[in-house]
Amino acid sequence: MSDSNNTISREKFMAELERFRKGSVTRRHFLGVTGLGVATAVLGTAMPGLRPRAASAAESIGDRVVLATWPNYHDPENFKAFKALTGAAVDMNVFGSNEEMLAKLQAGGSGWDVFVPTNYTISTYVKENLIVPLDMKQIANYDVASFETRFAGPGTVDGKIYAVSKNWGTTGFAVNTAKLGKLASPTTWKEFWDMTQAEFSGRTMVHDYQLTTIGNALKYFGYSFNSIDAKELADAEKLLMKAKPHLFAITSDYQPGMRSGDAWLTICWTGDGKQLNRDLPDIHFVLGKEGGEIWSDFYAIPKSAPNPKAAYALINFLLDPKVNAKECLFHGQPVADKRVDALLPPEILKDPILHPAAELLNALEFGAAVTLTDPHRAELMARFKSA
Amino acid sequence: MQARHRTALFLLPAGAWFVTMLVLPLVVVLVFSFGERGEAGGYSPAFVLDNYFNLPARWTAFQNTLTLAPVGTLACLLIAYPLAYFLAVRASEKWRTLLLVLVIVPFWTSILIRSYAWIFILGGQGIPALISAMGLGDIKLINTPFAVLTGIVYGYLPLMVFPIYVSLERLDKRLLEASADLGSPPWRSFLQVTLPLSMPGVATGCMLVFILLMGEFLIPAILGGGKVFFVGNALVDLFLQSRNWAFGSAVAVALVVIMLVTVTAYMRLTSRWAGGRDDLSLM
Repeated sequence: MSDSNNTISREKFMAELERFRKGSVTRRHFLGVTGLGVATAVLGTAMPGLRPRAASAAESIGDRVVLATWPNYHDPENFKAFKALTGAAVDMNVFGSNEEMLAKLQAGGSGWDVFVPTNYTISTYVKENLIVPLDMKQIANYDVASFETRFAGPGTVDGKIYAVSKNWGTTGFAVNTAKLGKLASPTTWKEFWDMTQAEFSGRTMVHDYQLTTIGNALKYFGYSFNSIDAKELADAEKLLMKAKPHLFAITSDYQPGMRSGDAWLTICWTGDGKQLNRDLPDIHFVLGKEGGEIWSDFYAIPKSAPNPKAAYALINFLLDPKVNAKECLFHGQPVADKRVDALLPPEILKDPILHPAAELLNALEFGAAVTLTDPHRAELMARFKSA
Repeated sequence: MQARHRTALFLLPAGAWFVTMLVLPLVVVLVFSFGERGEAGGYSPAFVLDNYFNLPARWTAFQNTLTLAPVGTLACLLIAYPLAYFLAVRASEKWRTLLLVLVIVPFWTSILIRSYAWIFILGGQGIPALISAMGLGDIKLINTPFAVLTGIVYGYLPLMVFPIYVSLERLDKRLLEASADLGSPPWRSFLQVTLPLSMPGVATGCMLVFILLMGEFLIPAILGGGKVFFVGNALVDLFLQSRNWAFGSAVAVALVVIMLVTVTAYMRLTSRWAGGRDDLSLM
């Protein structure tokens, strides 16, 4: 990457990235003109940990590694490079909520080697004895000092590292400002829910995910995003039930609705906010003033992993700063690793969607472990959906 | 004696399959339905009836399923019958095979992908845009019960067409000639000869579609936007999101019981309707 900065200016790189993302140029053109193609080709030589073993890797780590992750969260080119290096193909399973991942692991026989849990779930996985403490010797690319503690911290439980930091981000909302008319652009969760029941009736989407949908309904009343207080949850339920007839949809796959213009407002994660705004500048990503969620995702290895050796190899590969920088450029979610930031174009680090102002970030809360297992929140969400 | 041993031997694979794939899972579901939600979700052993008392909490899901499954079956029937009739009676030999293949062609692609295509057809830039451009006002189609019904008819139509086609195709054309010779106008021949003789196909098609619809969850999830909730969706939710396996099992048991009752009643009714004939299972 640092080499390619010599041959292509940062502005030019961003312009090419935009063109590639909008589909006006092919991946081949993009990789060629930016030098990333060459970078990929020489990646092998840049990977001291893996290079010497590359020749015999096929028999040493097997030919397949199963990864359970989230949508649009990996650069397929990196997986191709991993296969070229180790001989193991990455078999990807995509999920929409942490609850779904937990359910699969609890049921047993998931077959996953690596999965991507969010901060608030890790202590539960440890308590339920579903994940293993990581052998850090096999993840040489993980450098604790380079990672921001507030994002990487939740991976450590009882002094043992069970999960290593992948990305972090926020949960706000995306609003199509072209549809506002005379309305002022909303900046709070109060406005989000009020507009939903008035001017934007039939145009709003909420996640099919208890943490964010209940959490941001709680924010309407100024309660904690993580509340499990019976009275506060009852208030949130009343609001959700009142809003339900006005919703366009309850779904975590909200990009299509926003892109087609059917929906104008949605609860939204950083990466989706970035992607929507990039393609449709009228769509703005907003962090509610009252607060909401800040999250960080991790790589972890299930106890039942059929191929832990390949799991370690994959995690180590993806945490290589060069590979991780490519991942970040692909999905637009910020990384907590200083070494990766140093490789990224400064535009990315200044982007207000990826890196919001400090005062907005301060109001945000990390999801709390109790929300994952609290039966009242789970049943509230289920009642809201089946009403 | 030896013949009986041989029979038992031949039935062994089917019997083993029946026990492990049908009886065992059902027993597990039944046992779970009396249990409790585990601390972190899942199942913890107990013997309580709470889950059954809690069933009314999913009343809307049962209501949606019990309305849209019969309505969907009826809509399928009304559209499939003329199509099957045309294929079996009117279409020339030359075209018939091709047309039949065209009915099956959609099955070559996953229903998931085809349902996604309907999101765009029914979405704001699809049919509603067309209607609005013609000056007929603004309508919303996607994420409504109508969208779910459209998806249901689209997805299940072939399952209705084929049984009806088979029964119409077997129809002895000489009966229609005889009917005409005896002075019956075509509409009367249809009502008194063709329709009754095709009833077994209709009954089979309706049963196939209805049973599958009662367990449907994909089409409501995709075309209903999470707002048109079937029992199937409630089950997916209970097992994969809120992880209350005990309550989920109770909902599943309730669904199985409702199915048994409706299907038994339906079979009684249709066998009486078909005049005691028992060749309902043409497929």
